[in-house]
Amino acid sequence: MAEEIKLFKVKIDNISVEVEPGTTILNAARKIGGDIVPPAMCYYSKLNGSGGKCRTCLVKVSKGSDADPRPMPKLVASCRTTVMDGMEVANITSPEVQEARKGVVEFLLLNHPLDCPVCDQAGECHLQDLSYEHGADSTRYEFKRRTFDKIDIGDKIKLHMTRCILCYRCVYTADQLTNKREHGVLGRGDASEISTYISQSLDNDFIGNVIDVCPVGALTDQTFRFKNRVWFLKPVDAHRHCDNEKCCGKTVLWMRGDEVFRVTARKDQYGEVEDFICDTCRFDKKEAKDWVIEGPRKIDRQSVISQGHYVNTVKPKDPLVEVLDGRKPKLLFDIHSESQVNRPEVDLSKIDGPAHSNDFTKQQS
Amino acid sequence: MGRKLLLDKAHIEGIRYYDTYRSNGGYAAAEKALKSMGPEGVLEEVKKSGLRGRGGAGFPTGLKWSFIARPEGVPRYLVCNADESEPGTFKDRYLMEFIPHLLIEGLLISSFALGANSAYIYIRGEYAWIPDILEQAIAEAKNKGWLGKNIQGTGFDLEIYVQRGAGAYICGEETALIESLEGKRGNPRIKPPFPAVKGLWQCPTVVNNVETLAAVVPIINIGGDEYIKYGTGKSTGTKLISACGNINKPGVYEIEMNISVEEFIYSDEYCGGIKNGKRLKACIPGGSSVPVLPANLLLKTAKGETRMMTYESLSDGGFATGSMLGSGGFIVMDEDQCIVRNTLTFARFYHHESCGQCSPCREGTGWMKKVLLNLENGKGKMSDIDLLWDIQRKIEGNTICPLGDAAAWPVAAAIRHFRDEFEWHVTHPEEALTRNFGLAHYADPLTIPAAV
Ligand SMILES: Cc1cc2nc3c(=O)[nH]c(=O)nc-3n(C[C@H](O)[C@H](O)[C@H](O)COP(=O)(O)O)c2cc1C
Ligand code: SF4
Ligand code: SF4
Ligand code: FES
Repeated sequence: MAEEIKLFKVKIDNISVEVEPGTTILNAARKIGGDIVPPAMCYYSKLNGSGGKCRTCLVKVSKGSDADPRPMPKLVASCRTTVMDGMEVANITSPEVQEARKGVVEFLLLNHPLDCPVCDQAGECHLQDLSYEHGADSTRYEFKRRTFDKIDIGDKIKLHMTRCILCYRCVYTADQLTNKREHGVLGRGDASEISTYISQSLDNDFIGNVIDVCPVGALTDQTFRFKNRVWFLKPVDAHRHCDNEKCCGKTVLWMRGDEVFRVTARKDQYGEVEDFICDTCRFDKKEAKDWVIEGPRKIDRQSVISQGHYVNTVKPKDPLVEVLDGRKPKLLFDIHSESQVNRPEVDLSKIDGPAHSNDFTKQQS
Repeated sequence: MGRKLLLDKAHIEGIRYYDTYRSNGGYAAAEKALKSMGPEGVLEEVKKSGLRGRGGAGFPTGLKWSFIARPEGVPRYLVCNADESEPGTFKDRYLMEFIPHLLIEGLLISSFALGANSAYIYIRGEYAWIPDILEQAIAEAKNKGWLGKNIQGTGFDLEIYVQRGAGAYICGEETALIESLEGKRGNPRIKPPFPAVKGLWQCPTVVNNVETLAAVVPIINIGGDEYIKYGTGKSTGTKLISACGNINKPGVYEIEMNISVEEFIYSDEYCGGIKNGKRLKACIPGGSSVPVLPANLLLKTAKGETRMMTYESLSDGGFATGSMLGSGGFIVMDEDQCIVRNTLTFARFYHHESCGQCSPCREGTGWMKKVLLNLENGKGKMSDIDLLWDIQRKIEGNTICPLGDAAAWPVAAAIRHFRDEFEWHVTHPEEALTRNFGLAHYADPLTIPAAV
């Protein structure tokens, strides 16, 4: 019989949980779930060595363990600190932690534009959520922010360093998932930047996953950029038989009508990819017929994406029908004849790059 | 004259070379350690000596050595931290340049105690000429059977390698140093695991400062019991202090840790008083990362006791009224010096040297620098002073490695003790610009232009 492992008792914000030795505070908190789970911008359970960098997950250890009850002198990164038996941790119950986290968010936003309206990550951005939950309503930073040109790293991925928060997740992803390490961090301090090795492009069969792990809009999918806002799309679970043996072939298709706008890996409630997918599935299979559609994807997180979510939603009654006693309303005007955009005959997902007004005129002629 | 243990023979002509070093008692400690004491004996003696690490944190060396993991069949390493990049600190350089065999002998004894068969000296890139001196000393020692296989017939093997750093302050932080030594970018590692368990190439490793390792030689020579008669209870032995700033005699001094700060500054044996008969304004006693102390708190503690050149006296009262002995970089400022400018200078340094891994340090150091630049140039607001205070508080204690603290403490102490001077910069913008003692407008050459 396997030897029984003695579980460690931990109390986080006065809620007890038992976890295996070696579990981090963050994962112990995730086991409890709910509001006491510290936010994590750089930790990614699927990537070795990640975490410890962004400092958003700082918590206070008010009691070290039963054996050594002393509190830890400083706040610790919960994603990299393992629990001890009898440990007591404060997250949302510690004003000190909340204050420090506010500081971290402010630091993260110094050089991140939070340009949600024009960012392709809007609706899926963890920094957006974090700023909403822990940030201040205005900034105290009065200086010029750093900006970069967008660059294509490979033909499928665009890097906009201006938005990068240097969480290193993409670096670990490229390092651990692909057989050729081609990109990393150049420079130091706030002059650091994510870059490829001497302007090389990133192309290997798994590199698309860097897009999924990026918590902000710094790495985006060129085949999807600006084709649509995510909350106008409906996410459906789908799968296909993929020849790449490392790829599970299980994905989420982001659809509008029958058009597949984007393919991503499936993410859990903490925004982490459940199983990484290959580039072929992500970038090349953009037809509904390429996939076996399983059904609507459940989006757990309170998210703007849930806007377009339709499980258990009741279609509102059309009051006009009642008022008009079943008669069809008279169409005042056809939006498509008035507007340049939203033309049904224009296949947004097929346009090369983001849609522009001239795409529509082109189609008209 | 204060008694010396490290530099007592530094003045002897030719002490840099093996023959002179040997004929003046060199390698006697190594002989004693290897032939009659055994590793345990050496460790015991170092513990008894109360030696505290001279790299800045002052952690007891014997205790640190006793933490080293000893799994079967896994090599252990000793790394000598000769990165010495802390502004104001230049003592290790002196020791390595003038009496390199003292370090080699210290490394030999310490490696023996730890059971390490390879030792590395990681030296800062800017000390371009010193690696040659060290390599020559290593070659001499090897030639005389003090390094290599079966040292002096004792069966102990040791090779010492010199590795030049590229000149980054962060590579002095022990885990960043290890990363750099492994050929990687010098980013600090997240602890635990500590180097004593998983250090260089994931093997148990001890990182010690140059001076710490050198101090092991006299400890073995005279014995731990004798060593603690130098200095005071919690600060045993002697300490190298690199003194600079507005003093008559800048230089590297070996002090016994039982003299007062006042004696150190004013006696002719050491700094020889303030230059040009000016008044003392402030001092940074332990290298740029430690809090600055105004004159009144420098010579006396908050309790009114005489401030001593010891770990405990300099930190008396915590950061509210004290500072740290740190690495021993003693920077003296006279009445003409501008605290705001001085703080800005350090802030620029820490901003430039942050590795950029963690957000509070990466973003906060640059922000502090910019706010300070405005204040220094008479463009600051009163609220900037509180803002600065708040930024440093949000950095301190929240980062991966102590560089964040090192950047925060000087700013905190400057505001705590010299707030009126910051306010003066706000209320006298014109004078703030022109008071720069004939120097041009203080532009910041280190600002990295944002890429477009
Ligand atoms: C940013 C930073 C820079 C450091 N630079 C040095 C250095 O140049 N030399 C040094 O001996 N210790 C330096 N240290 C301290 C080392 O991390 C480590 O504590 C020291 O080498 C241990 O040696 P000791 O126990 O002999 O003091 C630095 C620490 C930090 C955080
Ligand atoms: S590009 Fe994205 S994933 Fe990569 S370091 Fe920046 S924020 Fe993190
Ligand atoms: S505190 Fe600064 S130097 Fe240290 S790891 Fe963080 S960013 Fe790097
Ligand atoms: S998630 Fe823990 S430090 Fe980033």
